[in-house]
Amino acid sequence: MPYGNSDLLADRVRAPVAIKILIAGGFGVGKTTLVSAVSEVRPLRTEERLSEPSAFVDQIDGVEQKSTTTVAMDFGRISISEDLVVYLFGTPGQKRFWFMWDELAYGALGAVVLADTRRLADCFPSVDYFERRGMPFVVAVNCFDDARRYPIATMRTALNLTAEVPLLLCDARQRGSSRDVLVALVEHAVARLGHGRQFTSSR
Amino acid sequence: MTPRRDGGSRDSRGPVVRPYAVTSGRTKPSGAAIDMIAVVSAVRSASVTELDTGPESALGPEHFRVLEACRLPIAVADLAADLDLPIGVVRILIADLREHGLVNVRQPAMSGLADIAILKEVADALRKL
Repeated sequence: MPYGNSDLLADRVRAPVAIKILIAGGFGVGKTTLVSAVSEVRPLRTEERLSEPSAFVDQIDGVEQKSTTTVAMDFGRISISEDLVVYLFGTPGQKRFWFMWDELAYGALGAVVLADTRRLADCFPSVDYFERRGMPFVVAVNCFDDARRYPIATMRTALNLTAEVPLLLCDARQRGSSRDVLVALVEHAVARLGHGRQFTSSR
Repeated sequence: MTPRRDGGSRDSRGPVVRPYAVTSGRTKPSGAAIDMIAVVSAVRSASVTELDTGPESALGPEHFRVLEACRLPIAVADLAADLDLPIGVVRILIADLREHGLVNVRQPAMSGLADIAILKEVADALRKL
């Protein structure tokens, strides 16, 4: 996205325009695979303070001084031109890292929710989250080789998606297929703007 | 290009110091929030050679690594990946540099997402991937 006016306009070098896209979905659904297939993967670590819920999960009794935990994040970049870059961020699937979602979602163009028909319910929290936030998202069913295929209409019903949310099949290992998912998301975001829908995401 | 001064944290043995040691234990950046894809650029006049880099300096070697790395505008997430530092740490270092007036931080503007021309440019470019 473009950047607001700088507090100091002395810089002659135009700052790059950065677009943020989130890749969400349950654990093991192919988020890392998709990011690797379509972008230049970069190592990104985040050392986050443990939130109350995660402190509970992590059972830090006896190690009270441990207040941070290291999380490796899926992070990839697609350089479109010298000054236009798309960043992909995989949202950590485990519940205890959900506190990071609001920050990741802030200012994002939209999200891809990856789903696996064998564990469809795993993507429900992601779908709920982006629906609540009013953020554009598409659902991409990652077609694992040994997973049963269902008609799109059946899956749409099972996911209880509104008609406007694009639902598509993909193979996250394939560059072309993963690219098509991203294109579908951006087109969906454009279509929503065309209908005068405003982004409602805020901190 | 300055040599790495951090003891080579890309080494397989891992970083020599705990991540937040370079921020003096602080886990929150000062001032306004810094987005993952905020763009950071060194202020023109900021030059490491002219700054006090001695032991009495409020800024440490990592601050200067960040300053060197954002000579050209760079996104926070890229900076963290380039320097192999956790993003939380990089944000604190950037906030310190900002307090010292050494870097500009451009936050992503929400209104920009409403720019259909840019979104169409992105869609077209992705199709060609």
